[in-house]
Amino acid sequence: MGLLSKKDANLILDPLADNNPITIQVLGICSALAITAELKASIVMAVSVLFVLGIGNVVISLMRNIIPSKIRIIVQLVVVAALVIIVDQVLKAYAYELSKTLSVFVGLIITNCIIMGRFEAFALGNGPWRSFLDGIGNAAGYGLILIIVGFFRELLGSGTLLGFKVLGDPIEKTGLYAIGYENNGFMLLSPMALIVVGIIIWIQRSRNKALIED
Amino acid sequence: MEHIELFFKSIFIDNMVFATFLGMCSYLAVSKKVSTAVGLGAAVIFVLAITVPLNWLLDQYLLQPGALSWLGEEYASYDLSFLSFIMFIATIATMVQLVEIIVEKFSPSLYNSLGIFLPLIAVNCAILGGSLFMQSREIATLGLALNYGIGSGIGWFLAILAIAAIREKIRYSNVPPALRGLGITFIITGLMAIGFMSFGGMLTGGDEEAKPEETSAAIEVIKEDIKKEDAKVKSDLEIAENTNK
Repeated sequence: MGLLSKKDANLILDPLADNNPITIQVLGICSALAITAELKASIVMAVSVLFVLGIGNVVISLMRNIIPSKIRIIVQLVVVAALVIIVDQVLKAYAYELSKTLSVFVGLIITNCIIMGRFEAFALGNGPWRSFLDGIGNAAGYGLILIIVGFFRELLGSGTLLGFKVLGDPIEKTGLYAIGYENNGFMLLSPMALIVVGIIIWIQRSRNKALIED
Repeated sequence: MEHIELFFKSIFIDNMVFATFLGMCSYLAVSKKVSTAVGLGAAVIFVLAITVPLNWLLDQYLLQPGALSWLGEEYASYDLSFLSFIMFIATIATMVQLVEIIVEKFSPSLYNSLGIFLPLIAVNCAILGGSLFMQSREIATLGLALNYGIGSGIGWFLAILAIAAIREKIRYSNVPPALRGLGITFIITGLMAIGFMSFGGMLTGGDEEAKPEETSAAIEVIKEDIKKEDAKVKSDLEIAENTNK
């Protein structure tokens, strides 16, 4: 690791597993669950959060010495809102259909607890480079869970991945459908997102006993 | 009727937690005890009832395409809707601050019970989500916006109350160690959401029974129309024959 010292590398790697924002810190759940019925929407959401959190952490970290602590929440909200407006406008311009699917959940990145949480816990007390790494790491950990949930819900729910029919055609009965496989439409409904995340937590904590709560 | 329908719809069918997953963070973090859950739930109802109508006014007279036409003809073509995120969140943050100051001044007892939760609420997605859904569902009047705010607040309150009560009980159960705490809460919430989905038929259920009568009535009407047309054609033919003769 020429570019990153070991400490810096941990800033990125920790949130991917042992300190994952969704399964361990319990941050940013709202948007994680609502838009994961399709893999594509999950990926776009993950990239949007990566952008907002990466840039936002740097901006807040640069301003950390001039923000009066009493109004810091409002300052943070304005920074996030400005970045989210950029994301929203870009999505509307280049991926209009997708921005319709995500509807209000792009706007809700503003109140995504992950972002406020990292601003408060990290960017206000660390330099810009380390804050950037921390932002990227946490957003990647968040995106990882989103993509896992999106993968399983789309594969089991509609038998496709990113819109490609990987399991064959359900109407013409090709591939797996020829031997009587059926799509589980239940996976597309919102409650299943909660249960899938619950199962991910279960697997993660059974593998790493240190994470178990009393 | 419209008001009652929207009220029940926002509590049960479009329940903030179970249908759209709004405010999940505080829902999971503050649901360990019933008493704190009640405090936070009440604060959410309170703030939603204030911010949704306020943001409705902002949306109607400032942000929508053509909303500025009350300023004069030349402003009618402006579309400021891209500013809605920043306007909504600014309104919410200032209102929460204002409510905190007012409540502290006039009702110290209420402040003591709500006080610690109010700052938390500014960053609760349920509040911003309420305003954004109000905008995207195009709620028509100020009264309905107030109704929607209170309704979705009550829906959120019910959800956090239920999960807090369940979590108090489940402490005495023998849950697999790796699922304890967060994992089992997720799964219970998923099961509750499946339960809440059954409310989906609440407002449409009556229609199915009414349909056969409606269709048979419609068929009768069409039959009569056909009879009339037949008679008309016949008389027309007779007239034509008579004139031919």
